[in-house]
Amino acid sequence: MNVPLLSDQIKSKFPDAVIAAHQYRGDDTVTIRPESIVRVAQTLRDDPAFQMNLLMDLTAVDYSKFAQEPQGKGGHINAGIALKQPSDIPDANPWPGPATQARFEVVYHFVSLPLKHRLRVKVPVEESKPEIDSISALWGGANWFEREVWDMFGIRFTGHPNLKRILMYAQFEGHPLRKDYPVTQRQPLIGPNN
Amino acid sequence: MFAGENFITSKLDDAIGWCRKFSLFQYPFVTACCGMEYMATACSHYDVDRFGAGFPRFSPRQADVLFVVGTISHKMAPVLKRICDQMAEPKWIVAFGVCTCTGGFYDNYATVQGIDTIVPVDVYIPGCPPRPENVLDGLIKLQDRIQQQHGTGIRPVLTPEDRARERSFTV
Repeated sequence: MNVPLLSDQIKSKFPDAVIAAHQYRGDDTVTIRPESIVRVAQTLRDDPAFQMNLLMDLTAVDYSKFAQEPQGKGGHINAGIALKQPSDIPDANPWPGPATQARFEVVYHFVSLPLKHRLRVKVPVEESKPEIDSISALWGGANWFEREVWDMFGIRFTGHPNLKRILMYAQFEGHPLRKDYPVTQRQPLIGPNN
Repeated sequence: MFAGENFITSKLDDAIGWCRKFSLFQYPFVTACCGMEYMATACSHYDVDRFGAGFPRFSPRQADVLFVVGTISHKMAPVLKRICDQMAEPKWIVAFGVCTCTGGFYDNYATVQGIDTIVPVDVYIPGCPPRPENVLDGLIKLQDRIQQQHGTGIRPVLTPEDRARERSFTV
């Protein structure tokens, strides 16, 4: 097993693009700068050393209330938010936490079926300019994933052929998986506001 | 005993109610996991046909009972409302499972918190999902309600306030 880590190979190919990298229980993760995502993704797909022919998942994380105590009554308002800093969780090789102070991270999970390896790529996205280049031209499956991330988190994918809501209806206002979207807020199409 | 000419006497309302409650053409509006339990009820082991409700019509214009089976999201709500409006009177609506009764544990941005906020409901069948016995109990309760209704088809469950509220919803 002298094969270098995929994150190290990415680091050597794109020394200016990589912000951070870590390994957690066999999962290799690399955090890269937003402007280089298409470049890196193209290499991951076409380079014989990677051959990532499957985009398994594309999603996003909102870190705006990460590791904070829940606000509001009932204690369920911040449901789904980690309450502890990663360093407070006992582990031999703890996750170092988000690499930057950016509010969002877009997360890509690439898999190579012929080489049987996988890599997680994270890209920080600032709240002030929630935009990132689309990779739907490289993997057709990214088309709906990116629409879902736009729908749920309000992150725009520039170059996407049809960036509109996929789960919620067109009249829906806001992005419900942002942590500042109130859990109890309702936007019914018909009927009373329940 | 049955030779010759026979007759029975009854009130017209009772006769119409008896006919209606044993020939229920149902429309299963199945959106989620409760559909499994609906199918179990409809199949031969529990045999919903014993109650005259064994014939699903997949057209709202030919159905008497709308079974709303499964979670209704706000995106789906206009569809349900339109299906309900397309059904001819007399019609009855059954909320099948807690999601249709109250929203269940889906207390979130996407789910209608009880279909009675958009359509009038005659019988609520709680459960997650309800057991077939529970469904049959709800069906018998619906039959009792149909029997008690006036032969004109006017729904006694709808008060004038209900009707005004129903008209106030817009798609």
